[in-house]
Amino acid sequence: MNEIVKDFASLKSAAPFWSLRYVKEKSEMLAVRDDVAEPPQLSNDRGAMLTAMVSGGCGYAATSDLSPAGLQAALDRAGEWANATRNASVIAYDPSNMPNARGSWSAPPSSAALGTRRELYQVLATECHAAKIDDRIVDRYTSLNVINSEQLYLSNSGAEIHQQFRYTIPHAYVVANHGSMTQTRSLGFAQQGGADILARAKFIGCGQRLAEEALQLLLAANCPSGKMDLLLLPEQMMLQIHESIGHPLELDRILGDERNYAGASFVTLDMFGKYRYGSPLLNVTYDPSRPEELASFAYDDEGSRAEKTFLIRAGILENSLGGHVSQNRAGKPGVANSRASSWNRAPIDRMANLNIEPGASSVDDMIANIERGILMTTNVSWSIDDSRNKFQFGCEWGQLIESGKLTSVVKNPNYRGISATFWRNLKMVGNAASFEVHGTQFCGKGEPNQAIHVGHAAPPCVFSDVDVFGGED
Amino acid sequence: MQNHFFALADFLTAELRGAEIFTCWFSGERSDFVRFNHGKIRQAGNVQQRYLSLRLILNGRQASSSLALTGGGEDFALAKHALAELRDVIEDLPQDPYLLYATEVHSSESKRGGAATAPVAVVEQIVTGARGLDLVGIYAAGSMFRGFANSFGQRNWHEVENFDFEWSLYYQADKAVKSSYAGFDWNVDELQLKMRTAVDQLAILQRPAITIAPGEYRVFLAPRAIEEIVGMLAWGGLSAKARHTKQSPLIKMEQGTRLSSKISLRENTIDGIAPGFQSDGFTKPPQVTLIDRGQLADPLIAPRTAQKYALIGNGANSSESPEALELSSGNLRNADAVAALDTGLLINNLWYLNFSDRRACRLTGMTRFATFWVKHGKIVAPVNVMRFDDTAYRLLGDNLLDLTREQDYMLDASTYGSRSTQSVRLPGALVAALKFTL
Repeated sequence: MNEIVKDFASLKSAAPFWSLRYVKEKSEMLAVRDDVAEPPQLSNDRGAMLTAMVSGGCGYAATSDLSPAGLQAALDRAGEWANATRNASVIAYDPSNMPNARGSWSAPPSSAALGTRRELYQVLATECHAAKIDDRIVDRYTSLNVINSEQLYLSNSGAEIHQQFRYTIPHAYVVANHGSMTQTRSLGFAQQGGADILARAKFIGCGQRLAEEALQLLLAANCPSGKMDLLLLPEQMMLQIHESIGHPLELDRILGDERNYAGASFVTLDMFGKYRYGSPLLNVTYDPSRPEELASFAYDDEGSRAEKTFLIRAGILENSLGGHVSQNRAGKPGVANSRASSWNRAPIDRMANLNIEPGASSVDDMIANIERGILMTTNVSWSIDDSRNKFQFGCEWGQLIESGKLTSVVKNPNYRGISATFWRNLKMVGNAASFEVHGTQFCGKGEPNQAIHVGHAAPPCVFSDVDVFGGED
Repeated sequence: MQNHFFALADFLTAELRGAEIFTCWFSGERSDFVRFNHGKIRQAGNVQQRYLSLRLILNGRQASSSLALTGGGEDFALAKHALAELRDVIEDLPQDPYLLYATEVHSSESKRGGAATAPVAVVEQIVTGARGLDLVGIYAAGSMFRGFANSFGQRNWHEVENFDFEWSLYYQADKAVKSSYAGFDWNVDELQLKMRTAVDQLAILQRPAITIAPGEYRVFLAPRAIEEIVGMLAWGGLSAKARHTKQSPLIKMEQGTRLSSKISLRENTIDGIAPGFQSDGFTKPPQVTLIDRGQLADPLIAPRTAQKYALIGNGANSSESPEALELSSGNLRNADAVAALDTGLLINNLWYLNFSDRRACRLTGMTRFATFWVKHGKIVAPVNVMRFDDTAYRLLGDNLLDLTREQDYMLDASTYGSRSTQSVRLPGALVAALKFTL
C-alpha cells in the first residue's frame, strides 16, 4: 500500500484531475459435495485503475502492472481517452469539482477467528453428511467463501482513502428427487465479518434442516393460483427490494445509460419529492452504516462520503441512488453509491445497502391477520421488465395461511405484479425483532458488465391482493 | 503474452519437487471499452489484465490458486510464491477421488485477428453516425488470450483479436431497435449500412403502440430471441452433472418427452472463437451432438463429472455449459417469415428469462426492444412489453412450426470479469402459440 502511495506521487499527467484506485483482494473458497472435499480455490487479485479528467472529457485505464512504469503508462492511456472524449462526452466533466476526502474504514472485528482450513472443512463435511437422510436426497453441497479486500483511492487533488473489508459467505443446498419431480432447499447468506456469521446464518444444523424441507416439498401439493395476501420473509424481501426499488432508483438508469443492457426505469426525474411509491408503511433507506451488512463502507469509489439517507419516507419517493457524477448530470441529490466491481471496471451507480426500515408488527400478528394467503421464502426465480415494472418471482418454499394460521407446505410458489402498484399494497411491516440483514454478491449491471455485492436488510412484509400461482401440473 | 506465459510454465516445471504435477490456465486481454448514451460518449477506457490459475497435484491431492500477473519479471516470484502456498495447503487435504487431468500431450496454437482500426477512429465514426439519434450502447475491442500448460510439457495458446459494437436506437421510453456489429475487420461502410437498417426499423416504432391482452399468440422469434431461449436450455440442461443430480430443466426428456424433431442442437467448437482446449488440458472434439431431432443426445461432460459418474469426458468446461452452440436450420426463408407469421407477434428480442418451473422447463421472460404486431403478413404497430410464461416442450415441441433456413452467427457480448469467447449460430423460429400472462 505504501509503495502505491509513493509511486502515485511520482506520476505525471497534463490532465487537471487524475486519480488512482487500487484493489487487492485475497479469497479462499472451500466446498464439500456429497461428502467429498472439493479442491480449495485460492485467489490473489490486485490491480489499479487510473482515471484522468479534463474539462468535458474523462478516460480510464486499468492495469495489473503495478510498477511505476506500468502505472504511468496506464495514466497516459487514461489521459488519451480523456482528450479523445472531451468534445463528444454526454457528461460535462468538471475536473475542479471532484471529491477529495481523506479517511479510512475497516470491517468490524470478528468475535472469534474462523478456524483453520481443516476445521472449516470439518464444519462443511458435517453439514453435508447430515443432509444424507433419505435415498431421495440426490445432491448435497456446502461451501464457505472468505474474501479479504483492501482498497486505496488517491487523487492529485488530495484525496486519500484506505478501506478494508472482509466478506464471509456460507452456502448450502440439498436436492431431493422422485421420478421427474426435483425440489431444492438452500441456504444463502453473505455479510461482513468472521466466525460470528456462521451463527447468524444458522449454518450449523442446516444440512439436516434443508434435507427435511426438500423432502417435504417433494410431497407437497403445487402452489394454488389466485389473488391472496402474500407474506414475504426477509430472504425473499431482499430480491423484492433489489429488483423493484433498488434498480428503478439508480440514477444512471433513469438517465438512460443502461438502456442497451440492464434497462431503464419507470421512475422519472420529476417524481422525486412527490411520487407515491408505496403505502405509508414503506420507509426505504440507503444505509452504509450497519457494520455487518455487505455493502457498508465509509466512502464510495469516487471518494464521496457515505451516510444513511432516506430514499422513500412514508411511501413518498424522496431521493435517488446516484453518485457524484450522476447527481451533477441530473441536478438532483443522491447518495455515495458510485461503485466498481473491481480494479478493472469503472464506477457506476450501484444500490449498495438498500433497506426497509422496521415497522410495528410481529410475525405472529402478521399471520394472524391473514384470512387467505401464503408465506414465501428463498428466491429461486426472478424476472422483471427493462423498466423494472412488470415482475415475476418464484421461491423455493411456500406455506399456506388460512384463517390466521400457517397450514400446508406448497411447492413451486410464484407471484407476479407491477412495481408501481405492488408497494402500494404493502399492508403490514415486521418489527425490529423480525428484521434480518442479507446480501448477495451477484448484482449484474453495466457495460462492460460488472457483478457487485449489495446488502438488503428488511423485516417480513405482507402485501395484499397479489397474483399467486404454482408450477406445471 | 504467449512467450511470457510459456516462460512461466517452464519456470514452474523447473520448480517442481518429486512427484508434484502442475497444470495452469492463462486468461488475459487488452481491451478498449467505450460506452455511449444519447449518441455521445458516456465512459471510455482501456483494460489490460492477465491471470494465471495454477493447480498443484500431488499423490491424488489437489489445490488451485488464481493470481493477477503484472506481465513483467515480478511474475516469476509471484508464481513461485503461489506454488509454495499451494504446497502448504495441499498437506491438509485428503485425496480427491474425482481428480482427472490430461496426461497425453496435445499442444496447439491458434491466432485469429483482422485489420485493426484504432479505437479512437472507430468511436469518431460511431459518434458521427449517431448524430441526431438517441444511440446507447457499447463498443468493445482488442485482443483476448487463453493458454494452458502442464508439467508434462503440453502447451496450448489461443488468441483472438476482434470487436463487438452493440447498440440501441431509441425512439422514446422503451421503444428501441437493438443492433450489433461484431467481427475481425472493422468496416465503416458496414456500420453505416447497419445503422441505416436500424433507422428504417425505428420509423415503424413511431407508430402508436398497442397493448395486447394476456393469452396465446402466434409468434415469430428472431435469432436474438431464440438465443435467450436456448440459453435457458443450456442452464443445466446440457450438463452431465445436472442430469445425474436430477437438476436438469430437461429432466422430462430423460424420461421420454421429446421436443420437435426440427430441434437439433450441437456444440460446434470449430465454428466458434473459444479455445479448443479446456482448463484440465483436454482437447475438445470438433462437435458434440446435444439434442438430435428432438431427443437428448450426449451431454457436455467435464473431467470431474466423468470421474465421479464413470463417464467418458468430452472436453467440457467445469460448468458444462456450451461455448459454441448451434441450432440446426429449418425450411422457412427469412424473407418469408413475416408472411408466414400472418397474424401475430414479431419478436426481435426477449429479456430476463428465468424458470417459473424448472423441472417442467417452463420459462418466463419479457419482450424487449422491437416487438411488432403483424396482421395478414404486414407489420402494423409496435407492441408494449409483455410477459410470457410457457414451457420449452410447447414452444420447441408441438407448437414449433418451422425454423428459418438462414442462421445468424452471434458473438457473446458478455464482459463480466473479462470479454467472452462464446458464440452461437441460430435460426429464427415460427411458433403456433406462445402464452402471455402480464
